[in-house]
Amino acid sequence: MSKVKKKVKVIKVDLDKCNGCRACELACSAFHANPKYSSINPARSRIRMVIDPLNDEYVPIRAAEYTRSECDGRNAYVISGKEYSECSFCGASCPARDLFKEPDSGLPLRCDMCEDDPEQKEPLCVQWCLAKALIYEEYEEEVEEQVKLGDMETGLKSLVDKYGFQKLVDAITRMSQKG
Amino acid sequence: MRYAETGYNLEIDLSKGNIQKVETDPELTELYLGGLGTNAKILWDRVGPEVEPFSPDNLLIFSAGLLCGTPAPGANRTIVSTISPQTNLMAFSMMGGFFAPELKYAGYDKIILRGKSPDLVYLWINNDKVEIRDASHLRGKGAVETAELIKEELGEPKAHVAAIGLAGENRVYFASIEQGRSSASRLGIGAVMGDKGVKAIAVRGTKDLNIAQPAEMMKLCNEVLDYINFREENLIPGVMPILQGLGSPQEMKHVDEKWHTENFMWGNSRTRIRDFWNDEIEEKWKETQESVRTRLISCYNCPLKCGAIISVPGISTYMMKCFSKLTYTMAAYSDLDFGFKIAQRATEYGVDGFSTPQVMAFALELLEAGILTEKDFPGMPEDPEGRFYWLLDKIVRREGIGDVLANGTHWAAEQIGNGAEAFAHNNIKKHEQLPLKLSMLNPIYFLMYATGEKINITQIEGQFPQAPFATMEEKEAFVKDWIQVPDDKFKEYFLKWEFRGEYSMPFYPGVQACCEIVDWMEMMHYIDDSLGMCAGLSSFPLKPPYHIHNYPKVISAANGMDLDKDGLTKIAKRNRTLIRAFNVRRGMSRADEKPPENHWKKRFPELETQLLDEYYKFKGWNNQGIPTKESLHELNLAYVSEDLEQRGIIENEQS
Repeated sequence: MSKVKKKVKVIKVDLDKCNGCRACELACSAFHANPKYSSINPARSRIRMVIDPLNDEYVPIRAAEYTRSECDGRNAYVISGKEYSECSFCGASCPARDLFKEPDSGLPLRCDMCEDDPEQKEPLCVQWCLAKALIYEEYEEEVEEQVKLGDMETGLKSLVDKYGFQKLVDAITRMSQKG
Repeated sequence: MRYAETGYNLEIDLSKGNIQKVETDPELTELYLGGLGTNAKILWDRVGPEVEPFSPDNLLIFSAGLLCGTPAPGANRTIVSTISPQTNLMAFSMMGGFFAPELKYAGYDKIILRGKSPDLVYLWINNDKVEIRDASHLRGKGAVETAELIKEELGEPKAHVAAIGLAGENRVYFASIEQGRSSASRLGIGAVMGDKGVKAIAVRGTKDLNIAQPAEMMKLCNEVLDYINFREENLIPGVMPILQGLGSPQEMKHVDEKWHTENFMWGNSRTRIRDFWNDEIEEKWKETQESVRTRLISCYNCPLKCGAIISVPGISTYMMKCFSKLTYTMAAYSDLDFGFKIAQRATEYGVDGFSTPQVMAFALELLEAGILTEKDFPGMPEDPEGRFYWLLDKIVRREGIGDVLANGTHWAAEQIGNGAEAFAHNNIKKHEQLPLKLSMLNPIYFLMYATGEKINITQIEGQFPQAPFATMEEKEAFVKDWIQVPDDKFKEYFLKWEFRGEYSMPFYPGVQACCEIVDWMEMMHYIDDSLGMCAGLSSFPLKPPYHIHNYPKVISAANGMDLDKDGLTKIAKRNRTLIRAFNVRRGMSRADEKPPENHWKKRFPELETQLLDEYYKFKGWNNQGIPTKESLHELNLAYVSEDLEQRGIIENEQS
């Protein structure tokens, strides 16, 4: 594979500034609704807040890669007297939990930095974070070219993992014949 | 398809344990919006004037406002409506936080509770699955503690829980409903929840809420966010810090309490301590506040940080907002450290932060006056702080004198007798008010105090400045970008307004202008309460992002209904009139519309009569404050008119 210049988009999180309003979740779910902005549902958001006010815990997590199996890492961390697992702040859409899955279909969700045409000045969660806990940054990097999966491909991949390639092809063929 | 609303209410009969999901009539949304408006309609239809607050026939309604759960910043309030045990009128207390949007995402606009559960229960609403669950293990637990225990036993950290503490369980007339960083405190709705045997309601929702005009809605919301940013960078000069910006008064952020400590009354709304504030106190209170305040926090989808997490070493963490840090402090003549500590216990017990300290200070005054004696307070400590903790514990448990005090100053005074009534001196419509005693009658505030049915003054006041500005230059600068006024005449009223002379209070603004100003303030509150919008972004602060000009567009974009300024004005008037009619049907009359005798030192009885006469006329009410047949018909409230006629409350030929 050849090396290409790639724009790297980063969202930095300043936990101290978060006020726990969850506007990031709302804006994300609005942007990714179909048609755009037509519905709101934080459960569909690709950014979710882990909130425990009594322990002063306010952590936004963005949906990362879909993974077909649970990870084996089960490290426990104690922060200010409260125990957390490696899962607590993990962004993966994994079989161990409901986080970052479409509530009705169960298909995985992943943050796409609100790719849009025309391009958004910043991802929606950053635009709606008036507390400035979410900070958007861009820089260029030389990376190896790779195929990036869209929403549909990621969803199909999870179905392949669940049912096997052949069954999925059979099902799609059947469906297309029925029209 | 329904937009902005789900189109379903949850009807729960607690006596029978019956749960129903009921589709609502979209026409009611066009007439009353939602939230307070549709709550009032339901109460009018289903709760007759003979129904007592603690009757199984009383309803307890938890409603999301019409805009809750949509992208409209600040639309997160739950409006709780029932009959108040304290006033015996409609209670419509409300709370911010996260409950209302979560309810919408679970697929419901309202939870309507009727009957009484034989055992203590809690409700678990998880999308389509709704359960009435045993809560016997939660009896006596604190409100915050209960929420944590429920989330843990359900394994649902994302659920939102509204709970009562011991005060609600024991039907204390000023018991609150607590929910995370928020509470619905006024008018004793926690007591009704306790009476119904409901310890808590937990809700979790993962469904879509639809928006009628998606792109337009996002554009309008972005304008609101831009304006919030603008206002945060452009504070209003010439007014005290807590009034300069947006949101609920920023009590958790600011430590400068010179104004409150020197202008609000201490004790049982009794003593004004001028020159209280000095460098030493400022330093000490600053240290107290900053050492216990862990983080400033917000309600759902709102950038304003009106709340805080409070962690006092040695006691459980809790959340606070607005002014409760000083209500106990000032009632007990103590300091801020005490305020933060006792508020933790009061929050767990679930009591109103305004009424509770006044009730306790009232009890101590009665002791001092010899109307109550040492025998009524067996084992009470000597120090002021110790006495407050002792009284609080007795009240929420309804033990001894606490059982009497738990009914609030009005009813307690009546029961104690022997001249105790004179000590319940800070009430309107039987309910404790802000501890304010002023000198010159303010005609605008007179009307707000007298006629408000949400009972607390802060629930009517708003966008018109509380006092004139000193120079014409300042006044002109203020009106220059005052886009929120419904009409330019309000700018004229303000420009002319002066501290002294012909254009000063109490005779300026004139009676007609006062009516118009109060009507505007009140209209914005009634709109907010139907939309579930926080007053802190609309009716309460100077120059807010929502106003009568952009609201119709926001509502149309969210819900799809065709609405303009006149249409929205009419809905607000309809909702306001319906609530007035409901309370009139329960016996409220002009005689109830009286601010405390000692609220102002300089009173003007003739002017006050004239103000009330003209305001009633302005509102379409008769001289007794009863809506006229004609105005009811104009507002599509013919059914209300007929009912009031049948009961002989309004006369047939009256117009």
